Amino acid sequence: MTSPSQAAADADSLTLEPEGIPGTPGGKGTPDLAGRTPRQLAWLRFKRDKTGIVCAVIVGCFILIAVAAPLIVKLYGQNAYDFYGQDDGLLNSYGLPIAPNGGISGTHWFGIEPNLGRDVFALLMYGIRTSLGIAAVVTVISVGTGVLFGLTQGYIGGKVDYFMGRFSDFMLSFPSQLFFIAFSPVAISLFVGIGDQEPWWVRPLVLIGVQFLLGWMSIGRLVRAQVLSLREREFVEAARISGASSWRIIRKELLPNLWSTILVQATLMLPVFVTAEAGLSYLGVGIVAPTPDWGLMFQTGATYYSSDITFMFFPGIAMVIFVVAFNLLGDSVRDALDPKTLR
Amino acid sequence: MLRFLTRRVLGAIIILLLISIVTYFLFFVLPADPARLACGKNCSNPDLVAAIHHRMGLDLPIYQQWWDYIKGIFVGRTMPDGQNCGAPCFGFSFANDTAIWPLLKDRYPTTFSLAVGGSAAFLIIGVGLGMLSAWQQGKTFDRFASSISLIGNSVQIYFIGPLAIALFADNLGWFDHGHDPTWTSDPIGSLNGLVLPCLVMSVIFWSNYSRQTRSLMVEQLSEDHIRTARAKGMGSKYVFYRYALRGAAASIITIFGIDLGSVFGGAIITEYTFGLHGLGNLAVNAVGQRDLPLEMAVMLFSASAIVIFNIVVDAAYAIIDPRIRLA
Repeated sequence: MTSPSQAAADADSLTLEPEGIPGTPGGKGTPDLAGRTPRQLAWLRFKRDKTGIVCAVIVGCFILIAVAAPLIVKLYGQNAYDFYGQDDGLLNSYGLPIAPNGGISGTHWFGIEPNLGRDVFALLMYGIRTSLGIAAVVTVISVGTGVLFGLTQGYIGGKVDYFMGRFSDFMLSFPSQLFFIAFSPVAISLFVGIGDQEPWWVRPLVLIGVQFLLGWMSIGRLVRAQVLSLREREFVEAARISGASSWRIIRKELLPNLWSTILVQATLMLPVFVTAEAGLSYLGVGIVAPTPDWGLMFQTGATYYSSDITFMFFPGIAMVIFVVAFNLLGDSVRDALDPKTLR
Repeated sequence: MLRFLTRRVLGAIIILLLISIVTYFLFFVLPADPARLACGKNCSNPDLVAAIHHRMGLDLPIYQQWWDYIKGIFVGRTMPDGQNCGAPCFGFSFANDTAIWPLLKDRYPTTFSLAVGGSAAFLIIGVGLGMLSAWQQGKTFDRFASSISLIGNSVQIYFIGPLAIALFADNLGWFDHGHDPTWTSDPIGSLNGLVLPCLVMSVIFWSNYSRQTRSLMVEQLSEDHIRTARAKGMGSKYVFYRYALRGAAASIITIFGIDLGSVFGGAIITEYTFGLHGLGNLAVNAVGQRDLPLEMAVMLFSASAIVIFNIVVDAAYAIIDPRIRLA
């Protein structure tokens, strides 16, 4: 139960479930009363949700693209760094594709990029890889920090809770977008001296760092609120009375009850980080060319929209599909894990 | 009400002081040497570096530097090199050595107009759509509105902005391309120039508001006092606007208060997309030139604006919901 894609990948093992027969509505009436873990129940509910399944498949595809971009591009036959437009004479003297519709052809499925003339399909695959990779790292460390922060805050309570709460309020009061923009050059200067060549990892690292710095508070607050109510429940009291250590209570009593919140929040946070990362690169303060990046494609698209609007559609539509799928998946996961909450 | 406001203003001042300390630290202490960022390629000359140090006051202790900076904003200051800097003094820009405050004063009306116009657009569209959906609950319009919201929630300004310019401004000619407002000399033209940017900016926000408004209204409509009002024979429209909407309005305003920061973020990307010269564009350009004092000033200025607007929103909230005032 770590990521939705894994849940999808677990499909084979879980369909062996005796009660996992799809297409039997009103499964409650079945005479065979088999005991099921909450996880199995959630999976059964999720499987019935057609939208959720479709979205999980789409999200899976995006993750596959991110992981296997080099392989996909290799099979496709073009790469993301060659200037096909310039070398093969596919661009006119203004740097625009000569062929109609942004130069879409059998060899360049999504056309070629204006000006540099790179292959759009290859560029998009690698761009998704960059953006999704950065966003995934930000999500993982933000969720980790947020959960740890919220757990500490909620579990210890009292003064610690108060001061940690004020701290996260303070972090929330920063104008985040502006902070990302303004702070990234400072962060870069920490790693790179004036006039030095920037190593490739500096930009992604800075993007991860600044987004993480202001990204962990919301999940921290949610976790804190949940822990506050869980802490007073009987099973936690029982554990405490029977002499369980704090660590054990957190690990065995609290965390299992927090998983659904954490998972749902993570699925909702990831697309936000992807679009934020793309936004920064679009503004020119994130990833820089020639590294392929989703946001950089928007930057190119915004420069050439009046003369070559086709180019804009590929990164744009891909991002819309991605965000829609992720948001709907988040909703489905929530419905499956916690059927009581209504949308 | 007065006590409520005093408490909020005091809290805001503390937050702003903390933000200024943290940003000052991040911008002038954390980087290895801000002077090296200022001198660029001429840094090999140690005398020059020392001169910049002195001019920026970097040879003073940090708390002294910070205090001079903050004091300068309120009473003005004389820079260590003898340059005079008038009352709201945010220092001098690295890049062209001009005073920063005139730059800010020149730029903020654009961002401000965009933020206000965009907020007005998404509040009207979003809340309106949400109210209609709640009214038509479960009917075709409701489903239509919710699917529109889903799409609206998933597009980005940097995607639809250029498309909107190409379609509505270049091809159809319905709207102006978007240009900087000059409210005093050309109010009508300014308004025209802001319509498209504001509408584009509103798209990413209104879907959230329409969903929230819908669920808040639906929740409100099932409350006991609404049923009582209806049972008394009050008109359903009257109850809808006078009772249910008022009940939902408080929560909508809270969400708006939380969103203020993102509204500002949205304004930055909108400015950049439409080529408007606002604070966001200023900050983005300053990044290219590594102009730390300018970054710092924009950051502090915007944070103050957001905090002040938050108080305004809170006051509006307190006016609508009397429970808040008494708490």
